[in-house]
Amino acid sequence: MREVMKPSLSFILISIVIALGFSACTTGPHKAHNKGVYMLIDTSGTYTKELEKAQQIINYTLAKLNSGDSFVVASIDTGSFSEKDIIAKVTFDDRPSKANQQKRAFQQQVNDYVKSVKSSPYTDITGGLLQAIEYLNERDTRTKTVMIFSDLKQELKKGYVRDIPLALDGFDVVALNVTKLRSDNIDPREYMDRLKLWKNRVEEGAGKWDVINDLERLDKLIKE
Amino acid sequence: MQLPDFMMIFSSSLGLSILLWLVVITVLLYMARRPAHEAILSVSKILFHAFRLLSSSILLAEKKLKQRNREVLLASGKIASEHIVEREFERIDAFVKKDLSKFPTLQREITDSIVKLDEDYQKSTEIPPAPPGWTKAIEPIASIPPSEDSMVAEILKSIKDALEKAQGNALAAYRTSSEKRHAFLKNMVPVLRHINKDLLGLDKNVQTLLERSATIDRHMDDYKQISEKTDRAVQTLSSSSMTQFFIAGFVLAIAVGGAFINFNLISRPMQEMVGGSVYMMGFKVADIAALVIILVEVSMGLFLMESLRITRLFPVIGALEDKVRIRMIIVSFVFLFLLASVEAGLAYMRELLSVDDAALVAGLLGNGAVEAVVGVEESGRWITTAAQMGMGFILPFALTFIAIPLESFIHSSRTVIGVLLAGLLRLSAVFLRFLGNISKYFGKSLVNIYDLFIFLPLWIEGLLLNKKDKTGLVLAVANSESGAVNSAAAPATIKKRTPRKTTASKEKEVTEEIKEVL
Repeated sequence: MREVMKPSLSFILISIVIALGFSACTTGPHKAHNKGVYMLIDTSGTYTKELEKAQQIINYTLAKLNSGDSFVVASIDTGSFSEKDIIAKVTFDDRPSKANQQKRAFQQQVNDYVKSVKSSPYTDITGGLLQAIEYLNERDTRTKTVMIFSDLKQELKKGYVRDIPLALDGFDVVALNVTKLRSDNIDPREYMDRLKLWKNRVEEGAGKWDVINDLERLDKLIKE
Repeated sequence: MQLPDFMMIFSSSLGLSILLWLVVITVLLYMARRPAHEAILSVSKILFHAFRLLSSSILLAEKKLKQRNREVLLASGKIASEHIVEREFERIDAFVKKDLSKFPTLQREITDSIVKLDEDYQKSTEIPPAPPGWTKAIEPIASIPPSEDSMVAEILKSIKDALEKAQGNALAAYRTSSEKRHAFLKNMVPVLRHINKDLLGLDKNVQTLLERSATIDRHMDDYKQISEKTDRAVQTLSSSSMTQFFIAGFVLAIAVGGAFINFNLISRPMQEMVGGSVYMMGFKVADIAALVIILVEVSMGLFLMESLRITRLFPVIGALEDKVRIRMIIVSFVFLFLLASVEAGLAYMRELLSVDDAALVAGLLGNGAVEAVVGVEESGRWITTAAQMGMGFILPFALTFIAIPLESFIHSSRTVIGVLLAGLLRLSAVFLRFLGNISKYFGKSLVNIYDLFIFLPLWIEGLLLNKKDKTGLVLAVANSESGAVNSAAAPATIKKRTPRKTTASKEKEVTEEIKEVL
């Protein structure tokens, strides 16, 4: 009878060991399921007045991201192809409680930045995009989203070379709050040409292009 | 429309070329008519027989499956019936041991009560003390009328006083005696009540015993029917299995719903333990771990039910020694209790995480929202926390009872699957027969369609044959008239004629076809 008892007990023990094994298993492949979001904020000229809207978008994105996801907020200034322009970056912890703490800290960092931001004389959007591509490729996330919070008018300092093709295969590039400039009001074709130019650049680099000007449509921002 | 070059017989005229090709093809088809007919009919016949053979084989398999289903049903019904009868006998045994074991004591009590009653009765029937005898002797003296003689009057008075005193004493004695007898009779009432109560109890026990006997008789009758393998028993068992299958399926579906709620309770807090971004085979490890915990709980529940001998899914557990079985009950229960406690803890953690999430979202939305959320949470947070913890603790124990419908489901599914398979085989057999008949009549139709293409040469042939027939008939009449009947001279064409089918024969053929299809 003892021999008969053994398999049953061993089955119970094996079941528990499996359950505990699963519980103990804290390492695994991250890259296949996480999301990567890189947000570029235009700080040139009068666009700094729009930064409150950028904060809303950042908060929304923070609420949507989960454990294992990466989020970076960087500024677009005279020369944006630099790690120095990164305002805040985070890869959320596996534990939800820790991830929530990180989100709070991230929000605080952004708030501090917005309070102390100084406007930049030039707008190097391409440099920012190149930096975003480099960062997200390094993180090797499943989805890669670059959000450009700008009027999309690029103004480069003399000597900066930005006529570089963008390798955006697997990237979603979303232009947010593309405001109309005074000159756009005089000739709307300028605005349309600007959008077309960036759309072509992104699509030539095999990326997907989207524009969201209505902040009520943010639900389409983060792909699941 | 254009023909390929090699088909253009007359290069100048397309129509003429087509016409010529049609003539050639018609002639060729007419020449190949008999072998073509034979080929078409033989292929259709082969298909017809092949389908029929397949259908017969499937019907045979269905018959065997039905037989096997019947045997399985009867065997399982027999076992179930044996269990029921066994259980009824156990109940009677327990009842007899518990209630009827007191019968000798009861009998002795009743006998004692009766003896006491008898004694009391005897005592109550004692004759009251007779009045003193001298009273009768002095009665005449006492009845003497009073005279004026004072002496006599005094004597009479004293006699009267003595008499009255004696009467008073006699009455008092009588009353005392009556009181004693009434007291005895009064004492008999509780004894009688006690006897009545005992007898009523006995009657109730006997009635219960009789009812149980009737139940056993009914079950024994069922068992007999099953043992004799009657159709009625099979029908009853089959119907019972179907009912069991659907009821058990329904209860299992409810249990799955419970397990789903349980899963949702613990999957989120599991992320705190195993991480929220760790995946295995495309699934979150936290979800897998939550599922495994629930499955382990269900397993523990199964073992517990098996050890308690409520279910009989694992004969090995049922056959264990009582001592080992009790140990197993304790082990299973302890594991279940620990897992339920873990779940309650996880449910509490879930609540904390939900609160944290809500606070974070509110913080991201704005300060006003934070205050609103905090206000709502403060008032009723403990209710949701307690409810979640309670559910986390209770659901594992509730899931234990899955074992009962699961057992019924597994047992009844054998019958139901068998019946479904038999039905499927039957349907396949009918379909194959249908295909066989279709191929048969398709062949016949093809023959007719073939003849339709060559209707012109056939028509000419018919005309020629008619002419020949008429000539042959004239010759035959002439020969018969001359008396020289020559059988060898009978034209072959007459043999070729086939009698027209009568309506009756056609009906017969159609009936046969319907039978074949069915």
